[in-house]
Amino acid sequence: MTNAPTPSIAAAKQEPGSALSFYGVWLLAAVALVVLPMVFSSGGSLTSFSLIGIAIIFALSYNILLGQTGLLSFGHAVQYGLGGFLAVHVMNAVASHNWPIPLPAIPLVGGIGGAAFAIVVGWVMTKRAGTVFAMISLGIGELVASSSLILRSVFGGESGITTDRTSLMPLFGWTFGPQIQVYYLIAFWVMVSAIAMYALTRTPLGRICNAVRDNPERVEFIGYDPHVVRYFAYMFAGFFAGVAGGLTAINFEIANSAYLGATQSGLVLFSAFIGGTAYFFGPILGAILVTYLQLGLTSVTSVWQLYFGIIFIGIVMFAPGGIAGILMKHRPLIRAGTLRTVIPSYLVAAIPTLAFALGIILTIETVARFSGGDPIKLLGIPFVATAPTTWASAAVLFVGGFLVARITWRRVAEAWDRAATVARDRGYLA
Amino acid sequence: MTAAIQVNAVEKSFGNVQIIRDLNLSVAKGERHAIIGPNGAGKSTTFNLISGHIKPTSGEIRLNGEVTSGLRPFEINRRGLSRSFQVTNVFARMTVWENVRCAVLWATGHRYAFWKNVDTLPEVKQRTAEILDEIHLSHRRDVPAGLLTYAEQRELEIGITIAGGASVIMLDEPTAGMSHAETERAVALIRRLTEGRTLVIVEHDMSVVFGLADRISVLVYGHIIASGTPEEIRGNPKVKEAYLGEEVE
Amino acid sequence: MAELIVISTLNGVLFGMLLFLLSSGLTVIFSMMGVLNFAHASFYMLGAFFGYQLTRWIGFWPALVLAPLLVGAVGMAVERYGLRNTHKHGHVAELLLTFGLAFAIEEIVSMIWGKSPVDYRVPAALDFPAFTVFSTNYPAYKIFMLVVSVVIFIALLVTLKRTRVGLIVQAALTHPSMVGHLGHNVGRVFMLVFGVGSALAGLAGVIAGPSLVTQSDMAAFLGPILFVVIVFGGLGSLPGAFIASLLIGLIQTFAVALNGSLASVFGPLDPSLGASPLTDIWNVTIAQIAPILPYLLLVLVLIFRPMGLLGTRES
Repeated sequence: MTNAPTPSIAAAKQEPGSALSFYGVWLLAAVALVVLPMVFSSGGSLTSFSLIGIAIIFALSYNILLGQTGLLSFGHAVQYGLGGFLAVHVMNAVASHNWPIPLPAIPLVGGIGGAAFAIVVGWVMTKRAGTVFAMISLGIGELVASSSLILRSVFGGESGITTDRTSLMPLFGWTFGPQIQVYYLIAFWVMVSAIAMYALTRTPLGRICNAVRDNPERVEFIGYDPHVVRYFAYMFAGFFAGVAGGLTAINFEIANSAYLGATQSGLVLFSAFIGGTAYFFGPILGAILVTYLQLGLTSVTSVWQLYFGIIFIGIVMFAPGGIAGILMKHRPLIRAGTLRTVIPSYLVAAIPTLAFALGIILTIETVARFSGGDPIKLLGIPFVATAPTTWASAAVLFVGGFLVARITWRRVAEAWDRAATVARDRGYLA
Repeated sequence: MTAAIQVNAVEKSFGNVQIIRDLNLSVAKGERHAIIGPNGAGKSTTFNLISGHIKPTSGEIRLNGEVTSGLRPFEINRRGLSRSFQVTNVFARMTVWENVRCAVLWATGHRYAFWKNVDTLPEVKQRTAEILDEIHLSHRRDVPAGLLTYAEQRELEIGITIAGGASVIMLDEPTAGMSHAETERAVALIRRLTEGRTLVIVEHDMSVVFGLADRISVLVYGHIIASGTPEEIRGNPKVKEAYLGEEVE
Repeated sequence: MAELIVISTLNGVLFGMLLFLLSSGLTVIFSMMGVLNFAHASFYMLGAFFGYQLTRWIGFWPALVLAPLLVGAVGMAVERYGLRNTHKHGHVAELLLTFGLAFAIEEIVSMIWGKSPVDYRVPAALDFPAFTVFSTNYPAYKIFMLVVSVVIFIALLVTLKRTRVGLIVQAALTHPSMVGHLGHNVGRVFMLVFGVGSALAGLAGVIAGPSLVTQSDMAAFLGPILFVVIVFGGLGSLPGAFIASLLIGLIQTFAVALNGSLASVFGPLDPSLGASPLTDIWNVTIAQIAPILPYLLLVLVLIFRPMGLLGTRES
């Protein structure tokens, strides 16, 4: 590395081989998607991978709104759910008319459903951004979710509409009965959608979306109508949400009104935000984590949603860049070679932070199981929810962990500042 | 010849308060025109009216002969008028390069294209690089605009304004808050970049105004009390009385 | 019919006043701090559950005073330790924080009190019919609710018109940008406003709890309606919020009371048409579409008057 007279960010410079590493990442992802079910071949993990794949598309589509265009939606599940319903109806129609449409094309139908809805309601919705858009998206979400229970012939009421994915024409001998075949169908669409959504960020529209996110007022003075930009973003987000919905319909062979609901909208917001909205790969991380936790925690605790809420609040307050933001913050330090000066303080901080987290978990589980339930098992140690010793341990871990953690995190901040200063001097940080 | 900007009897009221009253202004093509006046005279409001940021209560504004009052800012921008802001107004989370490139996109005809790779559009790339060179920010191209120094942000502000190739450029206090040396650099920059275009500038620094402008209009209480060459304005007793006084001497 | 109109009007005004107890706080908080408090309805729910628990421990009347104070304290803590730290990350982060809180509060409530409705009863002293309209006994408790909300309404008006904080709030409503110039104690004003807003929501919960259903999903049910009210009335407009509250209260109540459908007016459709969206719409009763009426109103107002009924602000 040369010491340039004026500090510039080496990180963002076009280096030889950057194209190679760029395509390498995508290739690696594709290989991983192919190989994963061979390594973890149990039925349970296949189901999990399928769900994670769908969640990735859904979260990435959400980020077209939040991360790319700065639109906070509380009703993104509407397009997802409508895509799912359209997919189910089309699957049933294809099966009953024996149309020569194979199953892998069905997610496209879902996408069209999501985009169509966005085209219809989007113009009015995207008139305004910010808080107003957030509230309107919530209202539209409630409207569609409630209406779906009234229009029983279309949405099947409480029970939903079922379909049979194997009733469509087989493709190359694949009937898509076995989960492994469905997994590969999903993996294919994950790859296609992710590439398409990434490519979208590299187009003139994608760049202007970012500009609208940063400063909608100024965009008007460089020739663009921010309303049109938001409308486009809303349509694309709706399309890919619909693809995810179509895949869900294929995966479960059913679409019901829960797909459209507030819980689904909330989960995708959690995924995208926890993962980090500022980077393209953030929502992917978030979708993997949230889906994994969702599947894993339900069997361990009855209050798993509360943990989501707490993780989410923690991220909003202390790391609004999400996981991706935390990771990328370390990049200049790694390049400047100063990361190792921070690691010891991290290790020191980890212990009380872990104690604090255990204190929170123990407190929550004690309350949750106070009036009955399985005994608590934490790190292999059994606790009885009604025993004062449990309460005392929870209190000690909670309060003690918090107080010590606060001190150690201050140390981390100091170490971080020193490391960042060095990195800045070496020209890796603006 | 039609004027670049023609403002006819424009009024603007906010509630019961009349900010602009009977505003008449004519800026010829290729002219460098400065608007001066005491604080609160309505200079920024005038800018906002002409650029479509706010709509006049009554009256008419023409850009190159075409009526633009009532149009949205982006429509006026597409007709060849570009403006900067008094308070730095850039795309903070995007890099310097991206800031300028976004401002180039509409003018190069790429509009809302979602089927083109923005990184491989040769004329966009070339034009962006040229403008970065001209505003001396090439070495900072990959820095997020929010992390630039104040003077650099002001230069970027000018860069974004001229990037679209508009024929009429309006700069709102481009040197506000700059040091003496920075101001000189900025004036040279403005002079060079607006060569062959129409420039309207609001400025408090009188040395900048008298050094740069072909014509000056003096705005007091939302009304233009005098318009003329720097010499005429310097000698105008009404101007002296209303505003300039010792500042010019 | 006359009976239905009288009873529904009474109930509608009552529901509207309850909505206003919530939407007034939400509007003031939004105008002053720029934060749309997603957890506002959660404070209402907390009020109901605190009211229920305290009623069991110390009786209804002390609970009526204590529970709102407790909720107000929770609200102040949220402002002091949550929102104030998140402010630097912008309004989206603040909105997301309250969204996360709403989510967490619902989970905590259902963790402690369960997911099914709790037995929060009308206090014995108010458990009698106040008067009889035609053949319906109108419960005294509902009159009590009406009186409490009207008293609070008047108290709010007086506070806004006559006190220093009230003047600041009023100024902030009309000129949101001047809030920053309030001086060094702007933090305390915010905390106070947030606390009072939360306490009002809590009070609404305490008095509504016995009459409506006290259940862990009551916030998720009411929250979106509340947003409709403030968007419909015009963001930042207290009179707008008042009119919208009453309007939506009345519409909802009347809709629930009406059992008519297109089928009952024009007769059933030809059965040979089979099941289709048309038959669904033909057969649905007005009572069944009551839950979506507020959202339909929202869509209409957005199309025809995007700033809301009395709103002046674009965003």
